[in-house]
Amino acid sequence: MSTMTTRRTARGTAQGVGASAPRPDGRAKVTGRFAYSSDLRRDGMLWGATLRSPHPHALIRRLDVTPALALPGVHAVLTGEDVPGSRTYGMKVSDQPVLATGVVRHHGEPVAVVAADHPETARRALRLIRAEYEPLAPLTDPEAALAAGSLVRHVRIRHGDLAAARERAEVVVAGEYEVGMQDQAFLGPESGLAVPLPDGGVELHVSSQWLHTDRRQVAACLGLPEERVRLVLAGVGGAFGGREDLSVHVHACLLALRTGRPVAMSYGREESFLGHVHRHPARLRIEHGATRDGRIAYVTARLLLDGGAYTSTSPVVIANACYFAAGAYEVPAAAIDGYTVFTNNPPCGAMRGFGAVQSCYGVESNLDRLAAALGADPLDLRIRNAMRPGTILPTGQAVDGPAPVAELLRRLAARPLPPREPYDPRAMPGGVGNATRGESVRRGVGYAVGVKAIGYSGGVDDGSVARVTLAVDAGGPVARVRSAAAECGQGIVTVQAQIARTELGVERVEVLGADTGAGDAGSSSASRQTWMTGGAVRGACAAVRERVLGRAAALLGTPAGALALDGGAIVRADTGEVALELEEALAGGEITAEHEYRHRPTTGIDPETGQGDAHVAFAFAAHRAVVDVDVELGLVRVVEMATAQDVGTAINPLAVEGQIEGGTAQGLGLALMEEMRVEDGRVLNPSFTDYLIPTILDMPPVRMDLLHLPHPDSPYGVNGVGEPPSLSSTPAVANALRNATGLDLPRVPVRPEHIAGRAEEVRPGTT
Amino acid sequence: MRVNFTVNGVEQTADDVWEGESLLYVLRERVGLPGSKNACEQGECGSCTVYLDGTPVCACLVAAGQAEGREVRTVEGLADGERLDPIQEAFVECGAVQCGFCTPGLLVQAHDLIERVPEPSDPEIREALAGNLCRCTGYEKILDAVRLAAARKAEAGR
Repeated sequence: MSTMTTRRTARGTAQGVGASAPRPDGRAKVTGRFAYSSDLRRDGMLWGATLRSPHPHALIRRLDVTPALALPGVHAVLTGEDVPGSRTYGMKVSDQPVLATGVVRHHGEPVAVVAADHPETARRALRLIRAEYEPLAPLTDPEAALAAGSLVRHVRIRHGDLAAARERAEVVVAGEYEVGMQDQAFLGPESGLAVPLPDGGVELHVSSQWLHTDRRQVAACLGLPEERVRLVLAGVGGAFGGREDLSVHVHACLLALRTGRPVAMSYGREESFLGHVHRHPARLRIEHGATRDGRIAYVTARLLLDGGAYTSTSPVVIANACYFAAGAYEVPAAAIDGYTVFTNNPPCGAMRGFGAVQSCYGVESNLDRLAAALGADPLDLRIRNAMRPGTILPTGQAVDGPAPVAELLRRLAARPLPPREPYDPRAMPGGVGNATRGESVRRGVGYAVGVKAIGYSGGVDDGSVARVTLAVDAGGPVARVRSAAAECGQGIVTVQAQIARTELGVERVEVLGADTGAGDAGSSSASRQTWMTGGAVRGACAAVRERVLGRAAALLGTPAGALALDGGAIVRADTGEVALELEEALAGGEITAEHEYRHRPTTGIDPETGQGDAHVAFAFAAHRAVVDVDVELGLVRVVEMATAQDVGTAINPLAVEGQIEGGTAQGLGLALMEEMRVEDGRVLNPSFTDYLIPTILDMPPVRMDLLHLPHPDSPYGVNGVGEPPSLSSTPAVANALRNATGLDLPRVPVRPEHIAGRAEEVRPGTT
Repeated sequence: MRVNFTVNGVEQTADDVWEGESLLYVLRERVGLPGSKNACEQGECGSCTVYLDGTPVCACLVAAGQAEGREVRTVEGLADGERLDPIQEAFVECGAVQCGFCTPGLLVQAHDLIERVPEPSDPEIREALAGNLCRCTGYEKILDAVRLAAARKAEAGR
């Protein structure tokens, strides 16, 4: 093998699959040149703004826009009457009004939109709209909503012989738990730019998780055929589920089409909190029955999720909550009932973990309670009952693929606990507030483990399309990858480039921008995109490779099977020697191929029993939290988060770590501080002053143990990694707080008043 | 009103500035520098952090008129031409950038920290960056990046 070939081969694969390749958009993002959806400007453009309901439930008695239209600089004011197509939209069910007509059903519901030549003029115009409401009593209690029949969906799962399991159970422990309404709180607010096109269509540059499903809804509302609505992915400032539903989309397009001018819309933080769906608040009742030797005999669960005013993704969020309500364990019998209801609270929908966060919190909280009742160690109890390959889920499906639950927990157990540090006020609960010298600070340790399905469950026919071109231009060999996969920060652009490098042996890969001109890539959600679009890119590359090697084989008179692509050339597969330059192989023109990847088929679940092979794949993560709690003041400092996760083959190890650290932080936030406070249907804290997310002072070091068990069904053996860390992080922190204080702490986020001064309520026998 | 100030070493004049406009608005909409981000407009998130006469501030909390005659340095002014500042390089290299919306503000704040404290301890880094929210990373890679950039700058200074 010549040294030249060796060098070129190494260079061609250095940033391929398995490397921590840098983000292709990294340089633009650190120099301020990356164009987010809020950065787009056009000559002659206008600014859009939205009038929102101050009431959670009211009749709209009068909506007079004429004073707003009279304000100089205002170009259009539109209401629900001006929507030319469908007046409602929705991913699953079209029931959410583009602009409310007649009635408003939640605080912050859009009522009218304005376009003006300065954003402040647009805001002033909103105040000039005469909107008169007749307030109605809001339905805000989900139990009352359920009793009133205001049901979105009831999911019912029956597994095993529950009556026999109850007979066998020697210890029964039930608990009621609550999860507050968490917000995605992505940093880049909803925004976009709509540009009217000469053919009467519109081009919308917008933040999104799934361009094609957005286009379907936008076109329907505009009364336009889909081919005249083009969506282009603008820079996305985080998503976490909060961009699965439409935000500015239809409004900006309506204003652009009405005024004939480009219209930009960009929410402020308050409007962002009102303008997207949240994580469903949940009330959970979990019951475990077990034998004295610490075997789980059964689980029953009743889950009630508040879906708010419109459907959004509630029907599938509740299903996902139910699928995993028995936890990552061998559970021979289960009865699970999940309900999600309509209320006049803010609409809830997708957020990282998608229902499994709430049920994981419930079941993992009750597991610690079961351990206490059995006098067992919480970690041992989990390991003893850990799910494994072949475990039958409550839905009847046998777990396949890697399922190293016990191993993940053992990894956590093997990790030394963090030492107690010498006194430093910065390391105390309350931090530089100098709240304590440590006299009332107790340390606690808590564990939790979670399981979630990867990809879409329940019989969804899901696919992704990618197109790959191999060419030689002035800069040498280049692969161009085109897909509509939404880059939200997670790194799918990096993943696509790495796969093309590995498959085509070229160093230079351009991942083109995502738009609806490309095939449908499906959503950047359900931790599916690396698997699905990764599979599509790999398939397209394989087709390109076959054709270029075919050409080379004809030119060289060698069988194609003896050739490979590497180092930007055609090489002999056995020696790696360059056989033909790519330029010569492509003399007949560049080669393009498209591939649609589909995962294995799944089925829906039976409506009566919940039985069905509903899932594509499973992913697992576990956390151990170590906390210091000031029991007098209720202040908490998380000392360390340790996590263990099976990530399958890591396409980009650095990006995988980033997903796990970020997901862990969001779970810590839900445990300790993050909640949309809603009172009588009104949102009380739509700001970063009042809705707290973890700062760098709140986040402890995250210690990580990763397993890389290749998934047998996926491209390269990858598995989804983004969501699992957001499941077990929250209950691990809550269990650590319970361990430190002896308090029940049934609700997250745990607030200082749940702890402070409650020492007398501490259960006997705890420290 | 008219505002005259220096941005990244270039004298700028912004005309027709409304009295209520923030420095952030003027930078983004009138000077054509959208790198500083608007994520909360009330000084809670730090995404709009810029240097004002050498001190990091939230540009959303500075009235445009307060910048009159002063020097502003934004994320667009950290690199030396095409050569990235070590803190920018380290952010990309360490995986401190995901969605990147918080990145411009974090870069300015971290740049200032390393200027003031050449080899900051972890508690010093955490304290300095406590006003900059990041939703994607959990901050671990940001800490890595600041440590790396500080080490490289210290090395280069020796």
